[in-house]
Amino acid sequence: MRFGSMPILGAAMLAATALCVPAAAQTAALVPFAVVDDAIPLPLTTTGGDAARGRALALDRSKGNCVTCHELPVSADFQGNLGPPLTGVADRYSIGELRLRVVDSKRNNAESNMPPYYRVEGLTGVRRDWAGRPILTAQEVEDVLAYLMTLR
Amino acid sequence: MWKAAGLTIGTAALAVGIAFAQSGAPEPQRAIPDPQSGRHFATPETIAIQDDDFQNPAMLWAEEGEAAWSRVEGTAGQSCASCHTDATQTMRGVRARMPAYHPRLNRVVTLEQQINICRTERMGAAALPIDSRPLNAMTTFVALQSRGMPVAVDIAGPARAFFDRGEAFYNTRRGQLDMRCGSCHEDNYGRSLRADLLSQGMSNGFPTYRLKEQRVISLQFRLQGCVNDVRGEAPLLGGEEFTNLEFYLAWRAQGLPVESPSVRR
Repeated sequence: MRFGSMPILGAAMLAATALCVPAAAQTAALVPFAVVDDAIPLPLTTTGGDAARGRALALDRSKGNCVTCHELPVSADFQGNLGPPLTGVADRYSIGELRLRVVDSKRNNAESNMPPYYRVEGLTGVRRDWAGRPILTAQEVEDVLAYLMTLR
Repeated sequence: MWKAAGLTIGTAALAVGIAFAQSGAPEPQRAIPDPQSGRHFATPETIAIQDDDFQNPAMLWAEEGEAAWSRVEGTAGQSCASCHTDATQTMRGVRARMPAYHPRLNRVVTLEQQINICRTERMGAAALPIDSRPLNAMTTFVALQSRGMPVAVDIAGPARAFFDRGEAFYNTRRGQLDMRCGSCHEDNYGRSLRADLLSQGMSNGFPTYRLKEQRVISLQFRLQGCVNDVRGEAPLLGGEEFTNLEFYLAWRAQGLPVESPSVRR
């Protein structure tokens, strides 16, 4: 009995350990938002976005990393061209339309290859260190949007 | 042994060809019917290294593999050459038709796995670790014997189910970035992912000398990198998922010449 119970105890401990990680990560639940037509009209946070922080996020490989797929009006050594150039993007879209595209581009176009920056549901095989967490926090989404709105 | 295996596969393929005709499983269609090798997306400098056997660093691996070919290892007192004699003859075309369905194991095996099957079952030697230098050396040497031959894997019959699983993996969006393999390699080849020019993800050059790693790498090592990059949990090297995917990828590259050992950035 004693020996038999040990693996079960071990398994339970393992399960508890495994559960801890996503549980802790998920404590930062996503803020609710409303999609209206092709946009998320209201900001995700009460604190306004910071364009300078947003610019840094757009260039940061581990964060927004916009420049990997989009050309930006910045002097970066290499810029991607998988997506459309972002120069003048504020003239083409409202902030609410851009918010939807940053939060979850597939709500606008199911075939889009743009990563969902503020979604944790409906993803498959997410790496353990990122499970349950969105790519950007709500505030970071607003910061990136503030930067994008300067691109006229 | 290879001849015997070929016969068995041939018989199995015939049997399944009949079953296939009966079940009427539709022929898969390639998203890129006219594929281009990764060579097409490499810089002239990289191609120059690949094309000169005296400059291509992967040739060091091929030489190590050649030396190991006739080295006796294991309890049976045998080397690869004991059964397969002259690799330049017996291994010709092997890389081009791998991965292949293995009837006895009832699964698809890669070239790496077949080498380890020989080692453990025939030689009484330990399996070489996946993506290790000695295993990559042997696959490089064996693959070199097929250089220039068109990729021609057989997905008919019992192999089809494994192909289908590989295809499903390929087309599943995964990871935090929610991307499928084709997000880059079908929808966006020829475009720049920052400093990288995206290829069609054709596997005909593997094993490849990757400049970034400064070594010969196996295809599955590269696949692990891709899954990691989309922030996905990568399957085990040598496991079922990547093996089926490797099989599917070979079919995507069907007809392209084996370029192993290629050089890639």
